[in-house]
Amino acid sequence: MSLALKTAATAGARKIISIHLVVGDYTGVVEDAVSFYFGFLSKDTIAAGARIDYTHVPGQLRCRDCDVLFPLQKHDFHCPKCDGKRVEIVGGRELYIENMEVE
Amino acid sequence: MAARTITIKENILGANAEQAEINRKRLDGHHVRMINIMSSPGSGKTSLIMQTIHRFRNKYRIAVIEGDVASSIDADKITQQNIPAIQINTSGGCHLDARMVQTALDGLDLDRIDLIFLENVGNLVCTADFDLGAHKDVVILSVPEGDDKPHKYPVAFIEADAVLVNKIDVLPYFDFNSDTFPEIISGLNPSARLFSLSAKTGEGMERWFSWIEETLS
Repeated sequence: MSLALKTAATAGARKIISIHLVVGDYTGVVEDAVSFYFGFLSKDTIAAGARIDYTHVPGQLRCRDCDVLFPLQKHDFHCPKCDGKRVEIVGGRELYIENMEVE
Repeated sequence: MAARTITIKENILGANAEQAEINRKRLDGHHVRMINIMSSPGSGKTSLIMQTIHRFRNKYRIAVIEGDVASSIDADKITQQNIPAIQINTSGGCHLDARMVQTALDGLDLDRIDLIFLENVGNLVCTADFDLGAHKDVVILSVPEGDDKPHKYPVAFIEADAVLVNKIDVLPYFDFNSDTFPEIISGLNPSARLFSLSAKTGEGMERWFSWIEETLS
């Protein structure tokens, strides 16, 4: 929220129309909660009434043994190719503002 | 004025990360090490801290920052031991952030402290997303919680410097598979040190104490 307002101020914007958030599945961010609190926080600011768009980044794992990339499914951390259990989380921790639409 | 799009691509937790770095540098300036301890509620964070204080109170000057949603129950336990403790109440918040820790540090005489235990709010989900400025992150998992937790809450485990399995004295009564658990942890986080212990009986605590000494040396 403060990041959005600061950026809008720097850009000389009068109103924030929408904010595009990129949210990884591993971040624990709940869309409904974000939208709900955004309504309170943005009141009386130039972001009041702004729409929030979300892009989800699914959890992505990499097998440390055979290097294959695979999506996380049902908390299964086994490599689908070599059945290895040594995996690294390479996607799903993103949490940033991609862009904003302002006027 | 026509609508236009501004590209930002800036991390939402960027401000927290900056504050965390300020906290860490401040501690470094006073030669203080801070260890952040995370777990679910009831895994034994406070018990572990109490036992560790008991072991090292004549060797290191220790302080504790207690994070809880409400109450000062934990901080009171620590101050009863004549150890400085600062209670942070998050008033419903499920994690600590770097700014709360900054305020807590203001309440401590850092020139008279060697080691701070930062007891995070009991929660394995969002506590892991907030860098607080600690030098080490420790995650405790207790036997009754089950050995599947690293796969359910992986983020806490993949960034931990040490993972502690607490309450091993009750292993016979639970389905916790202590044979495969090390493999789960090393699979997710090959650099994490794993300790199996019981803060209650003292079993396994010596290895943990050695790690604390390593951290402070």
